[in-house]
Amino acid sequence: MIPELGHVSLIIAFVLALGLGAVPLWGSFRANVAAMNLAPTLAVGVSVFVAIAFALLTISFLSDDFSVAVVAANSNSLLPPIFKFSAVWGNHEGSLLLWVLILSGWMTAVACLSSALPLTMISRVLSVMGLIAVGFLAFSLLTSNPFERLLLNTPLDGNDLNPLLQDPGLIIHPPLLYMGYVGLSVPFAFAIAALLSGRLDASWARWSRPWTNVAWGFLSLGIMLGSWWAYYELGWGGWWFWDPVENASFMPWLMGTALVHSLAVTEKRGVFRSWTVLLAIFAFSLSLLGTFLVRSGVLTSVHAFAADPERGLFILIFLAIVVGGSLLLYALRAPSVASRVNYGLVSREALLMVNNLVFAVATIVVLLGTLFPLVMDAFSLGKYSVGPPYFNAVFVPLMALVMPFMTVGPISRWREDSTRRWMHELLVPAAVISVLAVLLSWFGSGAFNLWVALAILLAGWVVLGVARDVWRRLTQGAQGAPRWRRLSASFIGMTLAHVGFAAVVLGAVVVSQHTEERDLRMAVDEVAELGEYRFALKRLSQAPGPNYVADQAVFEVSHSGRVIATLIPEKRRYLASGQVMTEAAIEASLWRDLYVALGEPIGADAWAVRLQYKPMVRWLWLGGLLIGFGALITALDRRYRAQLSRSAAVTAAVDKQVLGLAR
Amino acid sequence: MRRFFLLLWLLSLPVWAVIETYEFSSPALQLRYHALSQELRCPKCQNQNIADSNAPIARDLRVVLYEQLEAGQTDEQILAFMVARYGEFVRYRPGVDRNTALLWWSPVLLLVVGRLALVRHLRQREVSEPPQLTAEEQARVRALLERRNA
Amino acid sequence: MPVKRFLPLGIFALLALLLFRGLSIDPTALPAARLGQPFPEFSLPVLQTEGTVGATALDPRPALVNVWATWCYSCRVEHPYLLELARRGVPIFGLNYKDDNDKAREWLAQLGNPYRLNVVDAAGTLGLDLGVYGAPETYVLDERGDIVHRHVGVLDQAVFERDFMRWFPRQGSQGASD
Repeated sequence: MIPELGHVSLIIAFVLALGLGAVPLWGSFRANVAAMNLAPTLAVGVSVFVAIAFALLTISFLSDDFSVAVVAANSNSLLPPIFKFSAVWGNHEGSLLLWVLILSGWMTAVACLSSALPLTMISRVLSVMGLIAVGFLAFSLLTSNPFERLLLNTPLDGNDLNPLLQDPGLIIHPPLLYMGYVGLSVPFAFAIAALLSGRLDASWARWSRPWTNVAWGFLSLGIMLGSWWAYYELGWGGWWFWDPVENASFMPWLMGTALVHSLAVTEKRGVFRSWTVLLAIFAFSLSLLGTFLVRSGVLTSVHAFAADPERGLFILIFLAIVVGGSLLLYALRAPSVASRVNYGLVSREALLMVNNLVFAVATIVVLLGTLFPLVMDAFSLGKYSVGPPYFNAVFVPLMALVMPFMTVGPISRWREDSTRRWMHELLVPAAVISVLAVLLSWFGSGAFNLWVALAILLAGWVVLGVARDVWRRLTQGAQGAPRWRRLSASFIGMTLAHVGFAAVVLGAVVVSQHTEERDLRMAVDEVAELGEYRFALKRLSQAPGPNYVADQAVFEVSHSGRVIATLIPEKRRYLASGQVMTEAAIEASLWRDLYVALGEPIGADAWAVRLQYKPMVRWLWLGGLLIGFGALITALDRRYRAQLSRSAAVTAAVDKQVLGLAR
Repeated sequence: MRRFFLLLWLLSLPVWAVIETYEFSSPALQLRYHALSQELRCPKCQNQNIADSNAPIARDLRVVLYEQLEAGQTDEQILAFMVARYGEFVRYRPGVDRNTALLWWSPVLLLVVGRLALVRHLRQREVSEPPQLTAEEQARVRALLERRNA
Repeated sequence: MPVKRFLPLGIFALLALLLFRGLSIDPTALPAARLGQPFPEFSLPVLQTEGTVGATALDPRPALVNVWATWCYSCRVEHPYLLELARRGVPIFGLNYKDDNDKAREWLAQLGNPYRLNVVDAAGTLGLDLGVYGAPETYVLDERGDIVHRHVGVLDQAVFERDFMRWFPRQGSQGASD
């Protein structure tokens, strides 16, 4: 009964989404206020019914209803309840439902927080989002119904969730990631609405910006979490593999970075208009492309869901309609909204243009690398592989290229600036950091490492520049205003994000260069040394878990004669599926991780053991956290909050007057 | 030039020697093993290198890699050996040939083209003065801005 | 300029076509690297008799070389079809890959022996030279002794009809025998 109710709920949501996609949009062209006013209601309606469907699917999982196909395929009665919950989205059908749920959540948020927007605009935005929901709901209902039943041969128990997914990471990573992925549909919808109306002015950018920043922030957090999860879950100590599925999430992020910066320019200066619109379209298109790549079986990946070319075709057609349609609209409408170039070759706008360029190139490079094997295969030119060696070789220099601009950017002036002024401002920090870079690189590891020194130089320069900027603003702000008020949320967010980026770069380089690893055979009472640390295998034991049996090895780790940690890596055998999993033991700290993983047993009393020393690896994820939270904080800026409380009429009046003055 | 980069690379070696399950006759071989085992793709797996994979073929290839390194083969010879038997598929760093030329050159090409387009776009700027507002207009602007920020 | 505006759309159209084409390609299928090359030379023992053989022993041709092992479940699944093919007169040579001789002989005694000859590759060296990455695999040798095709996975009637008929036109249909 419950699955059927869920199915019906989904169908109702689909119908409502159809209405949402058609009626307000039509109304916006006919100036039909009643039709346009339906948009928020319909959006909330879609959300409610999708939420009901999702809740009912969750109930099916939590109550071990193995007559539902996805529950039988992905759950088990022995599975801990929290993982039964996350198993809802640990499969293709359920994760699609999560996708739509989050999309409807964003729709509702946009509907509720946009009273200041003109009715025409908001109805078009919600309609576009509704159309996207139609596509995904159709996909779900027609090809990937989560409520499909096994009524004839109901299994007694399920296949169990893949042990790799039985982890807190699964609980947070997909929802966060989808918040970002799906959230990029909001700036996309705004871009389409703007193209439809032919008005691409600074106000459009101002409305889009908080939504874009929040979506991009969530995407940053989601990607960072995925990296951290892979690190402690997979047992190799790796944190990024340039796997097609990872790239599928990284490309929207790269394009989103360009978009976030481009929107800032369009909002403040009214230029870059067609660029920004195009970026908004591309960012979401890459999200959709990612959905396609992950679920169609076109590329090989450890992460891929069940690969199904038939489903792939559906997504491809949907992709063609959405992206093709929006790019066609762009081609037809863009010239009417292109902006004049009224800034100099040396200006903040120009610097941000360079930023746009580099991130766009980075996105294309990652896309090319990811699709290259497919291209070669499609033209029967052979089977190729493109992996980390290639991506690292081309991507790292691009990021190194953009970093110096991150220091100059925030201190640069709009419209017209001079390189002499930049040099004057930044020469001292540059000199200081160069010396520090050499010293720190030497001091940190006992030997000079060129790449680490470069990373310290670039990252340190960014941080010094940021610190200087903060100091400036604090001490030279408007007189009479309290100090903290001189730093707007926008500025704080940007600062955090840039510092976070510097931390990520530094962490990545240091951990790549100075990781140490030992693979060896260890028996009880044996001791191994890794750098300054001693690992003593104290004993072997067995321990049962809720749905597995584990072989454990207890290690005592000491440094300078003092025991600092007890690490217990495990080798788990899951009872339902028989799968064997390595559970690494990690002693984490800000400056280094100690990582122990078990390989295969050697005889009755010894194991193959991998010991790793990973310096500054946490900086990667802390940096990612800073980036994500920085982005989220910018949305709290005063000017956006002020927008919330105003009514549409006032905005229209004010905008009209302001626009009338600016020529 | 190669020697310069080799020197640069050698400068970046970590201080402490790392020992593997395999006993290598020199630390340099161990490092090459580490690097090559991450460059070679496991032919059977879902996108894993032979260092990370548990598959039997990955284990076999690791042994072959070790033996070849100890036998004194160069990196190019080892890669050629693997490619002869498993195809270009087994290399994660595509070799530079006619097919992959575009792949390797694309970043540079894109940057160059992008930069040219950018500079050309920026050069066609209008050298215009910002609009001059009358005193009355300035007062109106100030009033409006205050109202907006309230 | 009008053309410039349509550039993103044009590029996307090409991308969509590529992805559409990609839907009908199997990304995991790996053709033999040695395609078109002679069967690698080797000197290995055989299962049933004493002594060692080389590539010249793989005669008559065209023939199939089937890589198998007793630890390989799929090999057991395809075994009956190999017997059928042998009955139809297809020369099949076995490559016993990283296996135990006694177990292999027992297996063949129990399940039947479709192989004219069984090369014992205990260490996997010939497999490595061929580019074997997992049993079962079946190679096709043409008259000259060159490798002209490789099938990875279970060999059955459907696969044979689809890919192998070029070299064994008369043995394709059921009931055919030589």
